[in-house]
Amino acid sequence: MTASTQLLKVENAGIRFGGLKAVSDVNLELKKGELVGLIGPNGAGKTTFFNLLTGVYVPTEGSISLDGEKLNGLAPFKITKKGISRTFQNIRLFNELSVLDNVKVAYHSQAKHSIFSSILRLPSHFSGEKEMEEKAIEFLKIFKLDDVLHEKAKNLPYGQQRRLEIARALAANPKLLLLDEPAAGMNPQETEELMNLIALIRKRFDLTILLIEHDMLLVMGVCERIYVLDHGQLIAQGTPEQIRSNPKVIEAYLGEEVS
Amino acid sequence: MNILKQAKFFWTSIVLAVVFAIIMQFLIAGGSINQFYVNTLFFIGINIILAVSLHLIIGVTGQFSIGHAGFLAVGAYASAIMTMKLNMPFPVALITGGIVAAITGLIIGIPSLRLRGDYLAIATLGFGEIVRIVFLNMDYVGGASGMTVTHLTTWPWLIGCVIVTILVIVNFTNSTHGRACISIRENEIAADAMGINTTYYKVTAFALGAFFAGIAGALYAHNFYIIQPTNFGFLKSFDILIFVVLGGLGSMSGAVIAAILLTIISTYLQSYPEIRMVIYSLVLIIMMLYRPQGLLGTREITSFFKVGKSAKGRNAA
Repeated sequence: MTASTQLLKVENAGIRFGGLKAVSDVNLELKKGELVGLIGPNGAGKTTFFNLLTGVYVPTEGSISLDGEKLNGLAPFKITKKGISRTFQNIRLFNELSVLDNVKVAYHSQAKHSIFSSILRLPSHFSGEKEMEEKAIEFLKIFKLDDVLHEKAKNLPYGQQRRLEIARALAANPKLLLLDEPAAGMNPQETEELMNLIALIRKRFDLTILLIEHDMLLVMGVCERIYVLDHGQLIAQGTPEQIRSNPKVIEAYLGEEVS
Repeated sequence: MNILKQAKFFWTSIVLAVVFAIIMQFLIAGGSINQFYVNTLFFIGINIILAVSLHLIIGVTGQFSIGHAGFLAVGAYASAIMTMKLNMPFPVALITGGIVAAITGLIIGIPSLRLRGDYLAIATLGFGEIVRIVFLNMDYVGGASGMTVTHLTTWPWLIGCVIVTILVIVNFTNSTHGRACISIRENEIAADAMGINTTYYKVTAFALGAFFAGIAGALYAHNFYIIQPTNFGFLKSFDILIFVVLGGLGSMSGAVIAAILLTIISTYLQSYPEIRMVIYSLVLIIMMLYRPQGLLGTREITSFFKVGKSAKGRNAA
């Protein structure tokens, strides 16, 4: 691990919908450069927790801060600009847009040309658009998507759609990347490729990653630390070895080992 | 390379449009076109502006607004007040119509664009009706009997506005700002997560669409000698909506073509008033049955010319 400074700090965060406590009392810390897993049974509140981090829901209790800045109550697009970007459990690409345009949308918040200059087609429009296009093409080469640049996102095969979603999330230039079940629906070979991709982007973009996953092979294989969520509460945290042998986790989620 | 090609195409179309405008000007001024056709032409122009402005809101940004006639009415009355009551010149009235409609768009858009889908549709429908009823009860603008307006809409003003509207909306759509709007249409949650200020772009698209509807209103008011609240009922909103849906949601050229075709059809059917609406409705039903995606789907007319070229380009890359 490189500089061991804190990036994300979540203190006693929670949300209730009416009388239902979906997530409560979650304390979580991420250091810069870490790759951390978040696991737990279905309905444990993992995705809800992601939604709290990205501002889709506003936490009703506790606080969330990134690099010392409080994020509570900020609109999702502002949180993205502060450096948290995500993928979705069920893929959410801009289906009718091309692969290239999907990535360009993520560059939008870094665009320098105004609406006015675009309408009047001022030189700043052309230079701005050109810069975006070149950046996006370069970027997609890393993800080996440069041969499908002008294909509509909806026409890509499943594995490539997942990859494009990760590429798009990274194009928003995050410090912290949240991956919501990136390996869902993938075969073992695709999962293997995904693990390599995660390792690659981590090195290349100096990222901190928090990922939700049900594929234990992947989680245990790549994550340095793991948090376990059950019924909206953290029940355990630790290294993969500690988690694997934690009786509470075995009871709630992993189950007894057969062999 | 792509941008250069775009720019070339852009200038060619402007030159063609201007040439067309000048030729028509001579034909109209020389009296070689029947007044009936001239009227139809004016009507087509106004409908194109309306269709294209609504296309920006529904087709590009995906916000289902069905109160567009409300903005038309605001533009019409605001401009008519400028020329008839305040004796301002027509260009000032034209711009005022647009600006007042845009401000109305902002006022309506900021609260109601938080709503999604059906709820937004109902809210905008309500807005359209409120506008109509406000004008109906305003004695200053003549109430139900309407307001007489001098005929000031001339061909150069009309075609100029049509060209400017199309240019602005095409330029807006084909930029990072237009892409932001399309991303909202495609998936609002993902757009938000990608750092797009969705509220800002929804409201911007709404206000820009309202602005051009207001311009159309000014042209409309100064073309027909009289404006009455009944001209701007929800049926008018649906007429505009039909242009956009029939042309293909997301296709601007589709909206333009649909506006031209439907205006011509409905003008010619005026000779058969008893069955006019029946035939008009039948055309729509048949269209929706056999081509539910609209005339052009989400494609633009230009993409039909480029099919061969882009296929080659893809193989090369």
